[in-house]
Amino acid sequence: MNFDIVIVGGGPAGMAAAVAAWDAGCRDIAVLDREPDIGGILRQCIHPGFGLHKLGRELTGPEYAHVYRQLVLDRGIRVFYETTVTAVSADKLVTARNRDGILKLKAGAVILAMGCRERSRGALNIPGTRPAGVYSAGTAQKLINCEGYLVGKRVVILGSGDIGLIMARRMSLEGAKVEAVCELLPYSGGLTRNIVQCLEDFGIPLYLSTTVTRIHGKNRVEGVTIAQVDENRQPIEKTRRDISCDTLLLSVGLIPENELTRAAGIPMDPATNGALVDEHCQTLVPGIFACGNVLQVHDLVDYVSEEAERAGREAAVYVQTGEEALPWVRVSPGSGVRYVVPQRVHTGGQEDVTLFLRVTQPFGRVCFTVRAGDTVLVSAKRLRAAPGEMERLTIPAGAMKDVKADITVSLEVIS
Amino acid sequence: MKRAITCIVCPRGCAMTVEARDGAFTVTGNACHRGEKHAIGECTNPVRTLTSTVRVANREDTMVSVKSAAPVPKGSIPEIMARIRAASAEAPIAIGDVILSDICGIQLLATKEIR
Repeated sequence: MNFDIVIVGGGPAGMAAAVAAWDAGCRDIAVLDREPDIGGILRQCIHPGFGLHKLGRELTGPEYAHVYRQLVLDRGIRVFYETTVTAVSADKLVTARNRDGILKLKAGAVILAMGCRERSRGALNIPGTRPAGVYSAGTAQKLINCEGYLVGKRVVILGSGDIGLIMARRMSLEGAKVEAVCELLPYSGGLTRNIVQCLEDFGIPLYLSTTVTRIHGKNRVEGVTIAQVDENRQPIEKTRRDISCDTLLLSVGLIPENELTRAAGIPMDPATNGALVDEHCQTLVPGIFACGNVLQVHDLVDYVSEEAERAGREAAVYVQTGEEALPWVRVSPGSGVRYVVPQRVHTGGQEDVTLFLRVTQPFGRVCFTVRAGDTVLVSAKRLRAAPGEMERLTIPAGAMKDVKADITVSLEVIS
Repeated sequence: MKRAITCIVCPRGCAMTVEARDGAFTVTGNACHRGEKHAIGECTNPVRTLTSTVRVANREDTMVSVKSAAPVPKGSIPEIMARIRAASAEAPIAIGDVILSDICGIQLLATKEIR
């Protein structure tokens, strides 16, 4: 089979990319998803807070997914359901399998939109037995919200990212007792509003600089040992204490699901665990694009949709007009900045370029500076900056015009 | 009387202070008027949008996600949750369908389509 554009994944990124590619004039699009319906992880995120930025109203996850699902289906875009992609090649041959067997799809352009998955217990090396009752927070979320199975009655949550906080509230509402949320770092990675409405509303304690050092129980979790950690994140012996519980939820980070990307030989950024891309979301392999959480883990789905629309539009342009070999420069993080996406930017100043970045630790008042060599392109102040909140800085087309040197983004603390 | 409140209206999370004097409230630390409204609400009648799930009786292992049509008083949440846990729904369900009418004066609406 031949398609102009093949999109791997039908979550928020894949759906928005498909709609944008169609609206840019491309009519020959296929979306491949391993689930029986499109919508991705949004379908299990039943809490509100989605769409304020992109759609101008506050929706739950399933409602947000439904909006984009309708846009995809109304356009008659071809969707392959329960279809798992097993390989993507650099010459844009996509191999997949479903009930009908093996599918080979030859694409003019490929958009990678596989999203991310959760870090698991294995990645943390928590010692102890291997009883039932240890779940990643997202797995527990799916079991409770989609299948109606309450995973436990007394719960400890490790990790205070937004998924962990949301699950603390959800378990409490369903009648479980959440004993504690432990966070290895001295600050929470979650939004302040979630600490208030998910923990404080339910009287759940949040222990910072604290981790789980052991899991107890033979067949089922019977408890965990927690301990405070020192500045090197090593447990402090005398602070160890046991909490009885029947369930441990892990909310300890998301990993972009890039096995297909790596196997295709697409160059990666070790800081994002996503592909290296230019400002059009195009990887270093021409005609292969990446967007959404497979490219960089986002805070809000609204920004996933926005990024995916850019990828969809640019993939349509690539199919319609072919590759343009324009000069480019590298973009790298400087002091205080952990990563910047895109990592390559075309020069010539044909359009504004927006950079997305995360800082290394929480800061108070800061000033971000984007420099090309010694030339300052953008300077922007913020009241505060935190790793949990993605920053965006836009370089105006005019400032990009004469850029010859590589670009760096750094921050300075304003006292 | 002074009270510290962290705003939950938007992701910015302003650290606000509410001062009550003679039945009137003075809010400081808020960046917008929605914060002021929220802070006063927290002192008079705190409300939350409630989301949960209701079992779909005629589909195996299937839940329909629901939300309160309007924010509900915090104190009524345990009672509403008890009603939600006892409820069931029948597919097909469209988004916006009323799953429970009048629990503590509000409606519970479906947020997911079940075919």
